Amino acid sequence: MKPVYLVSDTILSPLGFSSEENIKKVRDNVSGIQLIDDKKLHKEPFYGAKIEASLLEKESENKKLTSYSKLEQMMILSIQQLLDATTSLNINEVGIVISTTKGNIDSLEIELHSEKAYLSNLSNTIKTHFGLKNLPVIISNACISGGLAVAVAKRMIQSEMYKDVLVIGGDLLSEFTLSGFFSFQAVSNAPCKPFSKFRTGVSLGEAVAALWLSDRDEINKTKIQITGEASANDANHISGPSRTGEGLYISITKALKEAKITSESIDYISAHGTATPFNDEMEAIAFNRASLQKVPMNSLKGYYGHTLGASALIETIVARHSLLNNELFASKGFDELGVSQEVNVLTENKKTTLHRILNTASGFGGCNVALILEKVNS
Amino acid sequence: MAELVEELKVKIIDQLSLEDIEVSDIGNDDPLFGDGLALDSIDALELIVLLEKEYGIKLTDPKQGKEIFQSVQIMADYITEHRTK
Amino acid sequence: MEKVYHIAQHCAIKNQAVYKNGICIYEDEESETIKDFAKGVYKNLELKYPKFYKMDELCKLSFLASEVLLKNNEIEIDEETALVLANKASSLDTDRKHQKSITDKENYFPSPAVFVYTLPNIALGEISIKNKLKSENAFFISESFDADFILKYAKMLIDSEKATQVICGWADLDTDKYDVFLMQLTSENGKKLTTQEITNIYNNDYGRVSRRA
Repeated sequence: MKPVYLVSDTILSPLGFSSEENIKKVRDNVSGIQLIDDKKLHKEPFYGAKIEASLLEKESENKKLTSYSKLEQMMILSIQQLLDATTSLNINEVGIVISTTKGNIDSLEIELHSEKAYLSNLSNTIKTHFGLKNLPVIISNACISGGLAVAVAKRMIQSEMYKDVLVIGGDLLSEFTLSGFFSFQAVSNAPCKPFSKFRTGVSLGEAVAALWLSDRDEINKTKIQITGEASANDANHISGPSRTGEGLYISITKALKEAKITSESIDYISAHGTATPFNDEMEAIAFNRASLQKVPMNSLKGYYGHTLGASALIETIVARHSLLNNELFASKGFDELGVSQEVNVLTENKKTTLHRILNTASGFGGCNVALILEKVNS
Repeated sequence: MAELVEELKVKIIDQLSLEDIEVSDIGNDDPLFGDGLALDSIDALELIVLLEKEYGIKLTDPKQGKEIFQSVQIMADYITEHRTK
Repeated sequence: MEKVYHIAQHCAIKNQAVYKNGICIYEDEESETIKDFAKGVYKNLELKYPKFYKMDELCKLSFLASEVLLKNNEIEIDEETALVLANKASSLDTDRKHQKSITDKENYFPSPAVFVYTLPNIALGEISIKNKLKSENAFFISESFDADFILKYAKMLIDSEKATQVICGWADLDTDKYDVFLMQLTSENGKKLTTQEITNIYNNDYGRVSRRA
């Protein structure tokens, strides 16, 4: 199988409108989660991570994107950023994979049969805006969408469908999703606290991220390669995480096998860590089954909230920068360990040489995904 | 009380889509979870919504559900004491 | 050596009828709702699976198609059989139901049992649970059934040993319209499979195939 590299990326989130701004905020341990009092989103104030509307408006006005929906504006901006940063990318020859759980779901508020609510409308908009030959592929696979999209992109390159694939992941903080998580009694009454004894649930967030994958090895000097990936279903329950961490454990084992390494070679885990009681417990069990309990680990949900279709993609991107900069970030919101099994949660930032990273995600429907990134110096 | 118990059974069957189950299949003291009706975690959340929607009872702590949803009889007792509509 | 692929079985549910390998095995012109039609198919298959009634209509139809597909099948599935589905309307049918429950603020009761189905891949979860498939799952969205992409993706899974075989296809539901087509794709004996063949099977006007009495 030919090597596939993560070449460049961007994140548009409450923490900033570029990867650099985002990494700087995470390094400074700044969270995008705040108390939001907006009756259009929820009847009572809640903790979430929302993009400052005026910032996006300004960007969109500059780029003449105001006729598009908020999510479309963000997706177009993210692709444009990647294109602006390189001359070697021909948008007409790349494959595009869009990862989203709910797309323009906010359009249902206005019209129950809105055309905008169809996810394929989103791929058509992107196609038309950039004058693409091919329609982007859309993946909608609950909370693992962003990570699965990276795996799918790698597979598309390895099977020679494309030399370059852009993965765009995004979801909005909407009344739709919030009301659902509230009905699940799964929203935290404070900024979320992954793996903490005092965790009470998720904080939801919104973001768009974009990542360029390629089989071309001449682009960067320090190369970040995706050496293993796998997805597996728990085959247990549609909303409750498996009590044995089965699907996640299988995903990790298969990803390690593909990368031809064992768990001892992993230097850091970017976990899913939604901060619901059952999810974090399940992850701790799976990591122990895979003998990964001593590996430094964090969840970025304390910085971004749960950004659904963007979340695992953001985590892959931050992991790429961790590898490039040899630095790890404190797991925001963590204090006292609150899972039944040992895990090594990062309580402060750390400078350390990194070679290989494991990134995982799990979601409704019993789905799980594991990705392994490796640094190759030339 | 007997009326409320019967009414609850109908509502539970309807709300939880227990299509193959009849009112007469549910004993007043049968456990709802575990061996009894084999309800799951989503059903428990759905029962919380049922309490609020039909009887104006808002559970602030999902753990309370465990106590209240032991059987239809216990649910009926709780509703009688706490209902606001 | 290049592997050969073949469709071991296929199943379609459309126009109030169920077809296995092109032959109509059930039809129902009476039912007025998808819910009633699906219940009829469930009873006809003599299934004992109370969870079925809790599913939304997209999951019910996908689940039923998988049951028909895998009943008395020649090539048995295993834990490594991947599931790959696609559709146009995602979970919009249930999304609209959830939206209705939150639009009126005086009568605001979002239901967890509805919300959990506002993701299309729950259908994959339901099939995985029933058949104990701890395998690769993916749900794609496209304008129409893209046989070329689905076949390429399924082949990738088999070629890279991420799956032994793949159950894949199309499962779309939008208000009162639905179209479900599943196939069991294997790499065992059989002729080489092309996109055109899959498209032909999918487009086959099953109404013209002689119906079993």
